[in-house]
Amino acid sequence: MAETVKIKKGLDIALVGEAPIEYSQAPTVELFALKPTDFHGLVPKLLVKQGDKVKTGTALFYDKANPEVKFVSPVSGEIKDIVRGERRKVLEVIIASDNQNTAEDFGSADVLKLTTEEVKQRILDGGMWPFIKQRPYDIVAKPNETPKAIFISGFDSSPLAPVYSEILKGSEKALQAGINALCKLTQGKVHLGVNAKADNSVYASLKNVSVHAFEGPHPAGNVGIQIHHISPINKGEVVWVINPQDLVALGNLFINGTYDATRNIVLCGSEVIAPRYYKFVLGGSVKALLSKTLKTEQKNRIISGNVLTGSTISTDGFLCAYHHQITVIPEGDYHEFFGWLLPGFGKFSASHAFFSWFCKNKKYKMDSNLHGGHRALVVTGQYEKVFPMDVLPVHLVKSAIAGDIDQMERLGIYEVAPEDFALCEFVCSSKTEVQRIIREGLDLIIKEMN
Amino acid sequence: MKAIRNYVDKIKPNFEKGGKLESFNSFFDAIETFLFVPNKVSKNGVHVHDPIDLKRTMIIVIVALIPSILFGAWNVGYQNALAYGLDRTLLENFWVGMIKLLPIIIVSYGVGLGIEIIMAQKRGHEVNEGFFVSGMLIPLIVPINIPLWMLALAVAFAVVFGKEVFGGTGYNIMNVALVARAFLFFAYPGQMSGDSVWVLNLKDQPMVDGFSGATPLALLNQTGTMPSASLADMFFGFIPGSVGETSVLAILIGAAILIFTGVGSWKIMLSTVLGALGMGYIFNLFGINAYMGINPVYHLVMGGLMFGAVFMATDPVTATSTEKGKWIYGAMIGILVVLIRVVNPAYPEGTMLAILLMNVWAPLIDYYVVESNVKKRLKRIAVK
Repeated sequence: MAETVKIKKGLDIALVGEAPIEYSQAPTVELFALKPTDFHGLVPKLLVKQGDKVKTGTALFYDKANPEVKFVSPVSGEIKDIVRGERRKVLEVIIASDNQNTAEDFGSADVLKLTTEEVKQRILDGGMWPFIKQRPYDIVAKPNETPKAIFISGFDSSPLAPVYSEILKGSEKALQAGINALCKLTQGKVHLGVNAKADNSVYASLKNVSVHAFEGPHPAGNVGIQIHHISPINKGEVVWVINPQDLVALGNLFINGTYDATRNIVLCGSEVIAPRYYKFVLGGSVKALLSKTLKTEQKNRIISGNVLTGSTISTDGFLCAYHHQITVIPEGDYHEFFGWLLPGFGKFSASHAFFSWFCKNKKYKMDSNLHGGHRALVVTGQYEKVFPMDVLPVHLVKSAIAGDIDQMERLGIYEVAPEDFALCEFVCSSKTEVQRIIREGLDLIIKEMN
Repeated sequence: MKAIRNYVDKIKPNFEKGGKLESFNSFFDAIETFLFVPNKVSKNGVHVHDPIDLKRTMIIVIVALIPSILFGAWNVGYQNALAYGLDRTLLENFWVGMIKLLPIIIVSYGVGLGIEIIMAQKRGHEVNEGFFVSGMLIPLIVPINIPLWMLALAVAFAVVFGKEVFGGTGYNIMNVALVARAFLFFAYPGQMSGDSVWVLNLKDQPMVDGFSGATPLALLNQTGTMPSASLADMFFGFIPGSVGETSVLAILIGAAILIFTGVGSWKIMLSTVLGALGMGYIFNLFGINAYMGINPVYHLVMGGLMFGAVFMATDPVTATSTEKGKWIYGAMIGILVVLIRVVNPAYPEGTMLAILLMNVWAPLIDYYVVESNVKKRLKRIAVK
């Protein structure tokens, strides 16, 4: 293993509601949804209509810009509904499961014996392509490009995140098959970042991959931070990234010849009675899972994903495509009397401005309250403390607000994804929506480049 | 608390759009958010937020100022007693100072916040917290004898032309409190300099013979003689001067609070001190006159250098925004303060001018720090 990269800047948000590595039986889920909105910038072209029968792995829609990228059904059943929003934008394709799990057969194969084109074609047909994302822009990778390298972060350092090095135990074979497939897709290396402080036995026997250890607070597990420290992205370069659990599914596509949307997910957060891991299918309705597992029915914020980058979903919403975590925290729509003036013993803060610094190891229950109003950027030096890249975060954000593409490029916009700025947004005393600003900056560049 | 909330909710519709008191919306909002942290929740992006906001940030600066305010109030009374040969207790001295200081604070806040609220209403913004701190800093850096109308004029000038014309808190180029002081300094030099302004005057009584009331800086500047006060007197603050500046000890307590909470930049404070010491030592090498030859430590305890370094140079809006830039910015302030003090015969004190000048220079420093970051990135491509 290469030497450990020590990440000094960052912040671990100490939330209550962490799950032990214990599994509970997930309830039977009847409704599933594939949401085009999970895939940023996607314009879907539907391939099915209401009432169609589908198998696991049947393509439901494809990407208008890259027609070979197909998005497939996570389960077998019948198309129950196609939910549209403004201007008939497709929001959800809802599938009623028949609980049979009959799957499309894409044929098993030994990855090592396939050519690059064959590997690509199988991933595209088998519905696994959307799980490969690219930097820059943090969007689904383009199949006609060749990345300079492919990066996998073997751990998630965000609050209450699933511990991949534990839950992937037993999936070593599929992981290896996935890595072998990735090796075919790039002329460069496949890099894996692991947590230096964790038991990495699951990754120990992997071949054809260059392993890097990272140590430090969140966002050390963000793949963007790892890329920056291993081989930073320059203008014109493209790298691809994939989540390790999705990589297992990719490996299984080659081993079993079927599309597998089952993931190990964690249900966590302060409002969950007993946080646990579950085997759950992506796109599944969380309604059954959340009944009887939450402390209260009211005033909850249900987040698909973690508290930093996840999406709010309703109690009968669906798990998003890239998320392996459901976090439930209290909604914070209350007025706090002199909240800014009180000592603040029970408030987690990155600063020492509250007396909570007294208790270093305490875990906190946090809600969705903004704790203040939006203001102009006043305080400096806050973002820098939680942003472990050689990029000037405030200046990059300002150039993104101004829509100055040249300046964004010069300041390193190609290296970052909105998720890398999540902590900046958390600590910001002006309550600036930094992730949205960076996302809009990236979108502006995509629009101007094409 | 519940009752207050209910009352606020009851009267709130009057101030909202279409209500009969709509034009007081910003004022109402300022009061409401002062009493209650708003019930706003995160819409997109992160779902949890650090509880710190600008109100919290500003109140911490106010807390850090408390030692200077308390000591300063006492010192006003103490210097006044010395000047007129009065015999007073500690509490009496404090009382005399407070009586004089409170109206200044009230006028400063009243005028400044009034303008802020009108501006916020005009722009449809929420009232910004920036003046929380500026409004407290101004009374601490002006002479205690200042006529209140003069102060009101200076505050109005500073808030309108120092801040609001640029777009409000977060957009201003120069420190608002120092703009107010600079306005007074150049518009009413008679009230802002000289030996008599720094000690509370009693109208109908003559001062004790031999009491000059000159600050150590003024003595050095005008006569080139070393001040009679000892280094310890100057450190603890038993000397004439503006309310906030005299006690370095009180300022250091404030600095500790700012640094520990992370509200003030220790980089700026430290580099300012180092810059001043460095410049002082350079003058020592020349040693042409007595002033050049003094121990540079004197520069730290005389005048407003420490107060400026801790509470004014660290103003995040007007300082450099890059971390590397903060070192350069602070050091330049320290150097300029000593340079102005020693070399310029017209101004005994250089802190205000040095900080204002560096406020203007801060964007340039940032520009070069940003460019060096960009160059590193471009080099990476070139190497490949």
